[in-house]
Amino acid sequence: MLIFSVFKTLTDHTVTVELKNDLCITGVLKSVDQYLNIRLDAIKVENAEQHPHMMAVKNCFIRGSVIRYVQLPASAMDIQLLEDATRRESGKKI
Amino acid sequence: MQVSGEIQEPFDLIRLSLSERVMVKLRGDRQLSGVLHAYDGHMNMILSDVEETVMIVDPVPEGVKPSIRVAKRQIEMLYVRGDGVILVSPPQRE
Repeated sequence: MLIFSVFKTLTDHTVTVELKNDLCITGVLKSVDQYLNIRLDAIKVENAEQHPHMMAVKNCFIRGSVIRYVQLPASAMDIQLLEDATRRESGKKI
Repeated sequence: MQVSGEIQEPFDLIRLSLSERVMVKLRGDRQLSGVLHAYDGHMNMILSDVEETVMIVDPVPEGVKPSIRVAKRQIEMLYVRGDGVILVSPPQRE
């Protein structure tokens, strides 16, 4: 639930999602759900030459389970808040 | 009963590593080193100041000794999905 809340605070920020098939998509985070499925707008494929079939796609829904990493905007995050929330959540029972 | 400080279950080791630099080994011959700021019960994590190391074995003809390349890159703030995590190693204490 913690990470879900983090993603919710990052809506309308630009993130880069790296999938398990090495596809890298940069776009504006529009929404996220409890499974950490992600909807991106105004997308751009970073390694477009390896994935030419993605050229025409402008927005997409990404299933949470195929995501490897998400590169987040560090300036939009409160690290102290993040660590306190993690301690609180791990204290009660994860 | 209390053996070493507050470590009673495996996740306690990770909780004590919050805001410290950890090494994370991932599926797909990947390894991360970064400062841990958040995690949850799936071992989804948020790390900052991350260095990713990917081991790449270049395909070589039969009989030739395979050469291993190491690709490194830096990422400022990164969400890592827990299903790719193999192990998390806390900071080395001297």
